[in-house]
Amino acid sequence: MDKMPKWADVVLVPVVSLLLAAIISAIVFLSIGQNPWEALKLMAYGAVGTSDFLGYTLFYATNFIFTGLAVAVAFHASLFNIGGEGQVLLGGLGAAIVVLLVPWPHWTLALLAGGSAAALFGALWVVIPAYLQARRGSHIVITTIMFNFMASGLLVYMLAGPLKPAGQQQVASGLFPEASRLPSLNDIAEMFGSDMFGRSPVNISIVIALLACVAVWALIWHTRLGYQIRALGKSESAAKYAGISAVNITMIALLISGALAGMMAINNTMGINSPQLVDNAAGGAGFIGIAVALMGRNHPVGIVIAALLFGALYQGGAELAAVTDVQVQIVIVIQALVIMFTGALDEMVRAPIEKLFLRFGRETAVEE
Amino acid sequence: MDFFTFIQLGDASVRMAIPLLLACLAGLFSERAGIFDIGLEGKMLAAAFLSAAVSFASGNVWVGLLAGIGISIVLSIIHGLASITFRGNQLISGVAINFFAAGLTVVIAQGWFAQGGRTPSLPKDARFNGLDFPGALTRVRDKMQASPGMQFYSEFVSGHSILVYIGLLTVPLSWWILYRTRFGLRLRAVGEAPEAVDTAGISVVRLRYSAVIICGILCGIAGAYLSTAVQAGFTKDMTANRGFIALAALIFAKWRPWYALGACLLFGLFFAIDNRFQNIQLQVIWIMILLIGSAVAMTVYALRREKIDVLVLGGLSAVLAAVALITWFGTASGEGIGILAALWETVKVPSQLIQSLPYLFVVIVLAGFVGKAIPPRAGGQPYVKER
Repeated sequence: MDKMPKWADVVLVPVVSLLLAAIISAIVFLSIGQNPWEALKLMAYGAVGTSDFLGYTLFYATNFIFTGLAVAVAFHASLFNIGGEGQVLLGGLGAAIVVLLVPWPHWTLALLAGGSAAALFGALWVVIPAYLQARRGSHIVITTIMFNFMASGLLVYMLAGPLKPAGQQQVASGLFPEASRLPSLNDIAEMFGSDMFGRSPVNISIVIALLACVAVWALIWHTRLGYQIRALGKSESAAKYAGISAVNITMIALLISGALAGMMAINNTMGINSPQLVDNAAGGAGFIGIAVALMGRNHPVGIVIAALLFGALYQGGAELAAVTDVQVQIVIVIQALVIMFTGALDEMVRAPIEKLFLRFGRETAVEE
Repeated sequence: MDFFTFIQLGDASVRMAIPLLLACLAGLFSERAGIFDIGLEGKMLAAAFLSAAVSFASGNVWVGLLAGIGISIVLSIIHGLASITFRGNQLISGVAINFFAAGLTVVIAQGWFAQGGRTPSLPKDARFNGLDFPGALTRVRDKMQASPGMQFYSEFVSGHSILVYIGLLTVPLSWWILYRTRFGLRLRAVGEAPEAVDTAGISVVRLRYSAVIICGILCGIAGAYLSTAVQAGFTKDMTANRGFIALAALIFAKWRPWYALGACLLFGLFFAIDNRFQNIQLQVIWIMILLIGSAVAMTVYALRREKIDVLVLGGLSAVLAAVALITWFGTASGEGIGILAALWETVKVPSQLIQSLPYLFVVIVLAGFVGKAIPPRAGGQPYVKER
């Protein structure tokens, strides 16, 4: 036995990383005079304790599925798209323009049009960084960070000017027409006489997010394009030798990534209870996508699980901040720890586990 | 614009440039040794918080500075662990450090001071105050009536905090270390060809750790400068993306100390202009010339190259041309005047655009159309010793 079993790689390593992140978070709680165990209980209650809380957890998870998939697709091509935040904002802009401009008669049409516009705008926002990476070798990480800053500038400009209805105080677009409002999951549950998701905004977008997972799975592992993306990610020189155009595949992988991030807008802009585009529409989801993709090992199934976990963390953290004196930024700390342990210190976690498995494997081999 | 305004702008540029410069030189040491560091922002932020917190608690700003440098070095060593010892992804480690600092500073600040995620305001003697040179005027009214030479001396040369002068001295010092010492030669070599350094019997690991620790020290000073010299205390996210701008300045400076000074002063000037002039007006004709001109230039460039260049740059040109035409016709119909008359109208440049200019500039620099920047060859790759 030369390697550790696959389940250890896929399950054990992330779980140990998560435990390490939890231990350090506990130290953080202790240092500000909070009982970590009490905090954990409060967060768990805040995440799934009531139907409202559960719904919000799922609502945030939907966001993180989109951004997690976006980061993962780029990761498969060995590209680090850190610009999810900006692409989400542009997606929101696209959706808002389409939904506000055209009086869609039914929400299905609005979803189709708004979703397409969101994906298109998200993809367009990554065109220049992708082009500069593919053709000029400018590092995608720096360019997408710059595009994040420019996206928030552009959004504030649009919301303070062209998209703001006359006489409105808030820096935001007008409310979207009632006909284009996406049905929330609670509307659907009510048809069966249940009040499962309360007044939370979790909506039909979660189905789209799950469909996107299936689509990404099929794309990456069952199409020629997916094969080319993975080949490029494994070895650029080998991919080129096999006749794969590095320029084209880099562009395409990043455009898909941007489109997926942009699609998040159907959830956080069109799907909320009073749908409109606000200036902090992304709310850090683009960055949480990095943690989600790393923890989910860039696989859609892993991403859904990690997104649920982060959805619970985000919602639980918000509740914790509401009832105690802990700032909501504790979520960012935990997110950072997860990124650190699963992304950068992966080897530190993996090597000892691997060693254990090797020793254990050798002993059983000797006994035989 | 009179001479004194000019001097004031220069003075503000220097103040704005110092944190950028320190962070930029920090990145320079790290990247020259082959360790990419996008965690400059996080290290500065953590240092800004801790130096303000410790200055407040101890009443001594120098103790605060040391604490800031300390926490910045701790984060550097974590980055070193991830990228040198465990050969992890340096970019991801940097991202994690940024988030860690962004979250933790606010959480701890609330836990310690309960003022909504910031430190209390520092009293005057727990800060770095401006040093007034002998003979320099201190009151603005006196300065305005003084001779140009005196204005230059009083406003531009004198009156900064000691960290500004330290920051400026760091430039020749970095140059001397990198280009005139054995350590500097080895440090540059380890970023280009670590295997050669290893073959010569010098420890790659030790050199790279030294580089990230120097990076930590400089980021620590930069953070302390923000919270104890520029402002009186820490506020949430007070580094305001300076760590990223510093990275951009580093690329613009082609990883050289003196160029770094120039790049940071330029970015400092951007910030100073943005702070001073809130309302920048431009004639429509200049907007047209600028936008249509760049659109034409890009199209001409693209047409001589491949299909993908035509698609991307052509599309971008179309967007620029559309923005230009919308501005033009929008002004004409908004003012109710003829199309030609509208060309001489002035319109206000959106402040969001002015604020985005440094970022836009970075992208243009990165595009490599303004001189090619070649990073250290072994940058970003962990070194695996041959067996």
